[in-house]
Amino acid sequence: MANAISVSGLVKTFGSVRALDGLDLEVATGEVHGFLGPNGAGKSTTIRILLGLLRANAGEARLLGGDPWADAVALHRRLAYVPGDVSLWPNLSGGEAIDLLGNLRGGLDHARRAELLERFELDPTKKGRAYSKGNRQKVALVAALASDVELLLLDEPTSGLDPLKESVFQECIEELRQAGRTVLLSSHILAEVEALCDRVTIIRAGKTVESGSLGDLRHLTRTSIAVETAREPADLAALEGVHALHVDDHRARFDVDTSHLDDALRHLTRFGIRSLTSQPPTLEELFLRHYGDEPAEAA
Amino acid sequence: MTTLANTGTLIRFIVRRERLRIPVYLLVMVALIASTAAQSEELYPTQAERNEYAATVAGNPGLIAMVGPTYAVTNVGGDVAWQWGAFGGVVAALMSMFMVGRHTRAEEQSGRSELVRASVVGRNAPTAAALVVVVAANLLLGALITLTMMGFDQPAAGSIAFGASLAGVGLLFAGVAVIAMQVSQSTSGAYGIVGAVTGASYMLRAAGDVGNGTLSWLSPIGWGQSMRPFADERWWPLLLLLGFGAALVVAGFALLGRRDDGAGLVAPRPGPPVALPALTRPLGFALRLHRGALIGWAAGLFLGGLSIGLTGQDADSILGDSQQVDDIFARAGGSLVDNYLAVSLLSMALIGTGFAIQAVLRMRSEESAGRLEPLLATALARPRWAAGHIAMAVAGTILVLGACGLGAGAADAIASDDAGRLPLLLGSSLALAPAVWVLVGAAVALFGLVPRAASAAWGVLAACFLLAYLGPLLSLPDWVMDLSPFTHVPLLPAADLSIAPLAALTAIATALTALGLVGFRRRDVPV
Repeated sequence: MANAISVSGLVKTFGSVRALDGLDLEVATGEVHGFLGPNGAGKSTTIRILLGLLRANAGEARLLGGDPWADAVALHRRLAYVPGDVSLWPNLSGGEAIDLLGNLRGGLDHARRAELLERFELDPTKKGRAYSKGNRQKVALVAALASDVELLLLDEPTSGLDPLKESVFQECIEELRQAGRTVLLSSHILAEVEALCDRVTIIRAGKTVESGSLGDLRHLTRTSIAVETAREPADLAALEGVHALHVDDHRARFDVDTSHLDDALRHLTRFGIRSLTSQPPTLEELFLRHYGDEPAEAA
Repeated sequence: MTTLANTGTLIRFIVRRERLRIPVYLLVMVALIASTAAQSEELYPTQAERNEYAATVAGNPGLIAMVGPTYAVTNVGGDVAWQWGAFGGVVAALMSMFMVGRHTRAEEQSGRSELVRASVVGRNAPTAAALVVVVAANLLLGALITLTMMGFDQPAAGSIAFGASLAGVGLLFAGVAVIAMQVSQSTSGAYGIVGAVTGASYMLRAAGDVGNGTLSWLSPIGWGQSMRPFADERWWPLLLLLGFGAALVVAGFALLGRRDDGAGLVAPRPGPPVALPALTRPLGFALRLHRGALIGWAAGLFLGGLSIGLTGQDADSILGDSQQVDDIFARAGGSLVDNYLAVSLLSMALIGTGFAIQAVLRMRSEESAGRLEPLLATALARPRWAAGHIAMAVAGTILVLGACGLGAGAADAIASDDAGRLPLLLGSSLALAPAVWVLVGAAVALFGLVPRAASAAWGVLAACFLLAYLGPLLSLPDWVMDLSPFTHVPLLPAADLSIAPLAALTAIATALTALGLVGFRRRDVPV
């Protein structure tokens, strides 16, 4: 299936700052794609280029088969966008802002709008200046989710939402996935990405550092092992790929590079394994390793 | 007095935040009053001329409605007190309002007061601290005005009465502001209440001053004027101002004790849950954003036009007989009355250009606030979005200039008993529109091409102001004068209508706007 978003070698500079430095991003049609990176990595800049708001200095960007800059208006009928920091018109009610954004896109589904207002428990009669950050975010979410579009570009869309509303948001994304819609979800809430996304792209300092399914990415990472053996396990430290080793009598805990997991387990069987637990790496660890900070050594 | 805990700290904090505003405000007020005094001395050097002038203004009910009753226009101090009694009262009232509002309701609305009130700060402390500063500022204002008038060799009693009357009005309105801040949940709503009370006070005294004076006694601004500085000073109206001011403050604190932090006594009205279809089209949406400014500017310029029309027929005696006046009014080249009207309409158009530039720069503030991005992420094309705002600036110019011409024309038609003056002055004001549009075009071009410097459009307007006022006095070379579009508009009704310059200005405005739109289509958003 054709890619909904296809970006390669994207470069964007602001004065002397190189916000994007050869970024690549492929989002397949019908998938929920996580877009991860720390603040300032270039997530919002990428999304703004995809919206035709910013013009890239170099590189290719294709969106729904079109050029995001030249075909902006035609493409925007087929997509919806939620910014990370929603700013509303102080004297317009939330309901008016939702209708404004929806109608400018080409109309929204009124039954869906009413249903979403209920699910997110949003009062549409309040004026823009009276909404809290979370409620402003809900206004933008309802406007985006109530429109019948192929692609959603969501830039940290849940900032400010409480956990209950965040789970409503997750349900909505799940429904979109089942309806075959494409979602690009930028985030630094890892649990959200783990729960929702088929594939992720991790960027740092304007470059793509990793892209693939969560399963693919875990192969590059470490597994945490906690083991109890009959005899005291020796020579573990000498094994290749073992980190953060703690041996306490007959118990040992360590992380091992997933590529050396087999060797480590073979070695352990020589001491008589009584119990063994292994934990796949969380995205958190994945994330931190990509930014050069090792997860804090387990105490 | 735990409700006043840490008021002292807050006073220092407010003084720190106001350290520029208060001195600038006091300086500007004093400078304006001093320049009025200097002008009064210069325009009427002999007592005979002064008496003639006093007789003219005393016989002009329009002027009296606008400015106040003439108690002692026959001396310099009395003339200044007459010219500034009502306007000065309005300015002092609004300054008190802004100072109280900025440090009470605005802080609550922004959520900053929550942070402050969560520390060891009493419930009444923020309002009390703001009041202490406002009272000090008004006392300073009164003292500086007194000293300024004494500097012009005016009698001490009159000088003190004049300073005290303006300070007293300011203090009373500080009380009005304290009440309004409790009533409304939004700062702008509270300002609206105080503004309405101020406007009503001004209007009541206008009606009273023209009539038998009874209505003036319902107006605090009227109380200030009834102190009659430089005539036969009366001191007891000052007690009225201070007494009522104090009572309002006490009532304000009582109301403050009955409400929650951040809440108002009147709950905010909910908005409509769905949008009217018109709102969701670019033009309807732009109209909604500019509606308030359009109404406000049109009303303001209508009043400005009225004041022109009310004084026009008396231009001869009011302006006196000086070379300076001749220089300024020489350009138009008609009768003195028509010259005065033409140049005054031009001044009003320059002021009204403020609306047009504000309307164009609204695009920039929408962009900076992050509200443009979600709109452009819909199927709304950039030029269509911009066109809505530019249409407001262009059509709004017609509305604002029309309101000014209407006010001037109506008043002049009544004063001259010639109905034909209404369409004449209306048309004269509208004929200035192409010059305003050139500045609209300049602002659009700045917004499209150099968005970060878009506010330089205000600098362009300031330059036009300087050229219009200082150009003739400094005898600047023609090519410098020609830089301002306002140099090229025919100054009706004194000059004849000529279409060519208007067409040329409109063409330039269109070209600048197109240039700006091309730039806007090509550039990044937001920048």
